[in-house]
Amino acid sequence: MSVSPTSTGQQPEILDVDRIQQVRRDFPILHELVHGDLPLVYLDSAATSQKPKCVVDKIVEAYEKYNSNVHRGIHALGDRMTTEMESAREKIARFIGASTAEQVIFTSGTTMSVNLVAHGWAAKHLRPGDEILLNEMEHHANFVPWQMAAQASGATLRFLPLTADWQLDLSRLDEFINSRTRLVAVAGMSNVTGTVHDVPRIAAAAHAVGARVFVDAAQSSAHGLTNVQDGNIDFLAFSGHKLLGPTGLGILYGKPEALEEIQPVFGGGHMIREVTKSGSTWADLPARLEAGTAAFVECAGMGAAIDYLESIGMESITRYEHSLLELAHARLSQIPGLTIFGPEVAHKGAIVSMVHEQIHAHDLADLLDRQGVAIRAGHHCTMPLHELFGVAATARASFAFYNTPDEVEKLASAIEKAIEVFQRRSLRRANRSL
Amino acid sequence: MADRLDELYDDYILDHFESPYHCGKLECPSCAHADKNPLCGDQIRLELKLDGSTIEEAWFQGRGCAISQAGASILCEHIEGKTLEELRDMQGQDMLDLLKVPLTASRQKCGLLAFKVLKTLVYAQDEHESDLPSRPVSIHPR
Ligand SMILES: Cc1ncc(COP(=O)(O)O)c(C=O)c1O
Repeated sequence: MSVSPTSTGQQPEILDVDRIQQVRRDFPILHELVHGDLPLVYLDSAATSQKPKCVVDKIVEAYEKYNSNVHRGIHALGDRMTTEMESAREKIARFIGASTAEQVIFTSGTTMSVNLVAHGWAAKHLRPGDEILLNEMEHHANFVPWQMAAQASGATLRFLPLTADWQLDLSRLDEFINSRTRLVAVAGMSNVTGTVHDVPRIAAAAHAVGARVFVDAAQSSAHGLTNVQDGNIDFLAFSGHKLLGPTGLGILYGKPEALEEIQPVFGGGHMIREVTKSGSTWADLPARLEAGTAAFVECAGMGAAIDYLESIGMESITRYEHSLLELAHARLSQIPGLTIFGPEVAHKGAIVSMVHEQIHAHDLADLLDRQGVAIRAGHHCTMPLHELFGVAATARASFAFYNTPDEVEKLASAIEKAIEVFQRRSLRRANRSL
Repeated sequence: MADRLDELYDDYILDHFESPYHCGKLECPSCAHADKNPLCGDQIRLELKLDGSTIEEAWFQGRGCAISQAGASILCEHIEGKTLEELRDMQGQDMLDLLKVPLTASRQKCGLLAFKVLKTLVYAQDEHESDLPSRPVSIHPR
């Protein structure tokens, strides 16, 4: 699928260098020094994004001015906090193209959202012989819960094959989707290869056999590539912390009829209509799936994050990030010995996972950190994918709109420097032992 | 900054990484154990040949970063000739000291992987002697 932002119909603002410098001033952390004296080059936004000051300020404001539990006390503070939380729900609904706010369930993160559907829906509704279609590129969060649900229900997991350039092999969709398929779970965008999947096409095939579609939008949501109307998605999940928001807050979106089928996994306060000694009945959505006290202050922070993103414009963000990706691919592919795992830039978002033929990913990340460049090394919660790669770990650089072309260059030159140090050291050692 | 970079690829680490000590298999090991760092995928298998309670030979096989692999090599060299008693007293910090390079918390896991495998082997030997059922041992309390 080629990458094009979800259109708002308006002409997107072009984010030039001046505008990005202005944006960077909104993120205090980007001006921190690391290891005492090195400017931070933060290229780990796929793990968690940095937060603009307005989000931090909103959280402080909530704690200082109207902190109060939501939906309960009849007093001014409680009303204000509830309004903040519910307005965040509306903003999020609009952000992802949902038609009503009740379709947005607050959870603690993508992982919790997937588990809610896996345990509350799949484990309850699936039968032996039913099939769940996955693929080996998925994050463990969109993998392990389905394994658990399959085990609990007797359903079978199937895996759509990947192409040689790390896309889903959609030409084989018909072989893998059939009348037994009940659910297709897929990421909007891979957190390792950056591959942007053709969700509308996958959803059309799934819906044609009556299967539900679950989209893990943990990555795609941050890059403006998520709209639940594209493909008429049944369930969709993402985490606030990857989208400029606070930790501890996730979203589960569902079509009303799909959400209605989820049985509560957690019981407690707020999710009930009536509780008696002999049993309990459930509240309406979204409360039914939100047992206990919500992360209401975080919700307010998330509302501020969405406002901020929209003030810049998701379309502009998508385009700008893609230009950084193109630059990164062009520059990094000139470095000898470096292999990038992923398709051509036209089919991916702003993530580059790589290995060097001599330097282990871990050592590479360490050597970059020593130059102030923050990337991540490991399997990035995708062990089955790394099994296919044939390496235990890759080094991953991921970009956000607050990164600059200059930082892409810093990444590349830091990698070159690391290689040089390794080779110089290695050579010296060889000479010494002659 | 150059110093910071050179520090990781300290000659000592690189020596052990590129020409490891006893990297391979034993014909018939007295005991063997393998483990993996689940976060980064580093793998180490350690094989020991015991003479009574003395480590006669220690060999390893592995895959992973310079620190984890050099760590295994350094550990094999260090423990040969030592007794199980002595190894029982060896602490994580002793292993980090053997590596010589300063490591951040996340990289200490790499440096300690071989040591963790060794500790599991040593405890298993203890239990063997006292006929207790063997159980997995973790040096990082979860
Ligand atoms: C594609 C994808 N899915 C799921 C997750 C899990 O998100 P969280 O840990 O916030 O629940 C991540 C984050 O690492 C991710 O990148």
